[in-house]
Amino acid sequence: MSTSTLTPMTHALSDSWTMTRRELARWGRQPVAVVVNLVFPVMLLLMFGYLVGGGRGLSGDYVDYLVPGMLALTMAFGLEGTMIAVTRDLDKGVVDRFRSLPMANGAVLVGRSAADMLQSVLGLVVMIGVGYALGWRAHGGPGAFLGAVGLLLLFRFAMLWIGIFLALVAGKPELVQAVQILVWPVGFLSNAFATPDSMPGWLGTVVEWNPMSQTATAVRDLFGGPGGEAGHVWAAVAWPLALLAVFFPLAVARFGRLSR
Amino acid sequence: MADTAITVEGARKRYGNKNALDGLDLTVARGTVHGVLGPNGAGKTTLVRILSTLLRPDAGRVEVAGHDVVAEAYAVRLRIGLLGQHAALDEELGGRQNLEMFGRLHHLGARRARARADELLARFDLADTGRKPVTAYSGGMRRRLDLAASLITEPEVLFLDEPTTGLDPRGRAEVWDSVRSLVGAGTTVLLTTQYLEEADQLADRISVVDAGRVVADGTADELKAATGGDRVDVVLRDAGQLGAAVALLPLTGVRVDADRRLLSAPVTDRMAALSGVVRALEEAGIEAEDVALRRPTLDEVFLHLTDRTKEAA
Repeated sequence: MSTSTLTPMTHALSDSWTMTRRELARWGRQPVAVVVNLVFPVMLLLMFGYLVGGGRGLSGDYVDYLVPGMLALTMAFGLEGTMIAVTRDLDKGVVDRFRSLPMANGAVLVGRSAADMLQSVLGLVVMIGVGYALGWRAHGGPGAFLGAVGLLLLFRFAMLWIGIFLALVAGKPELVQAVQILVWPVGFLSNAFATPDSMPGWLGTVVEWNPMSQTATAVRDLFGGPGGEAGHVWAAVAWPLALLAVFFPLAVARFGRLSR
Repeated sequence: MADTAITVEGARKRYGNKNALDGLDLTVARGTVHGVLGPNGAGKTTLVRILSTLLRPDAGRVEVAGHDVVAEAYAVRLRIGLLGQHAALDEELGGRQNLEMFGRLHHLGARRARARADELLARFDLADTGRKPVTAYSGGMRRRLDLAASLITEPEVLFLDEPTTGLDPRGRAEVWDSVRSLVGAGTTVLLTTQYLEEADQLADRISVVDAGRVVADGTADELKAATGGDRVDVVLRDAGQLGAAVALLPLTGVRVDADRRLLSAPVTDRMAALSGVVRALEEAGIEAEDVALRRPTLDEVFLHLTDRTKEAA
């Protein structure tokens, strides 16, 4: 192949950074949208903490059970934001312009992931702060704390690439709404709010196998709260990695297929 | 080679069982404006997407600015600008932010990207609104910003895919002015349009595309001449006399437009036809408001050519 086929690698980093900055500039333009995104999981947390919470038959305080679950749920719901952003760009034709520029091909997707991960970090910070105000505490020490945050972000990273893939398949924002509905059962058929043993047999099994439950359980363990299981960390690492192994190449291939 | 900006030989692109491009050939000379004219679904957008490296052709040879669009996509991208059918901007960002972003993606560096954004904003009369988000722009302003974004690096070849579709007459005039000023600077422009007037106004040469092929090629005048030459138009005072006039006049292939009280027919000998029509009307006592000779409009050329390809198929 001729050297003029591919964009020089030196551009890959700067292009990715330009694409990330684009998203950050959008936040500056739309602070309300950013706040709404941050407030939504907080509202869910308050709702479950105050309206539904208490008397769950847990060994410890419900808030210590609920907060890690809600952190995992926040990461799962991030998938919607990723999908909306990707389809919006596809629909507006701005992705076409990017693809017609002499820029690194992958930068569009790298910028998307970097910006979404930053937003997720921000979301975690807010949720942990609110959880703290509600009386939740991490009992596991700083190393375990960072490990838990890492597992949550790894899960988010897997959700992100599923989101990119689904958005590329759906193509149009209208279709995203249909896929969005699927996020809710995945989010709620998990152990975020209640332990699987409090559910009917088959439901409990589904909930237990839900990748999000794996992350929540491992995070609870690392935070030293109720509902955690020692040795569950491997599952919370393996599941997202398995999802990434499937959806990352699928998303990249699908992006390449835009030129077919 | 050096004086050819675009070469397309036997380009094919198939979607399912529909041929979007069915062996299309096209040559565009450097520094000219080439109009690609065709109805919806003729393959115009597919052609532009292939030329701008967004789509790979299934077959055929496609070169832009001396480089193959598939094997040397990066080299092509360094030399082209694209204005797609829909404004390809980040709508939430401001005009300047958009241009700076595209400048950085052209690897101008931060300072030059900023300077270039200012230049382009001034040139397209957007300097006052550079801070506003694109969502607050009018259709014409948005299109101008979009055009500015496609000119970050003074491209050798610029593709405009239906640049004025959806614009009001004022917005259309704005875009036309911008395109004319570009051509003065030596850029090669390939323009697709459904508006014959637009092709007539802007393009040096026109290719009429239908069903994925070029069905006619030439200057606007050549195309008009190729479609049967001149026509005579007769406008009567009384629409009730149209029938009588058709029977009476020494013309063949007459078209009647009752709403406009108009008869129109092709002619070969201009003066003989004109005097024949006037004499026949006078003798029969039919009053005419207007009798005129004219070249065919591009509309007529277009209908003629695209009808013909349908009959052939």
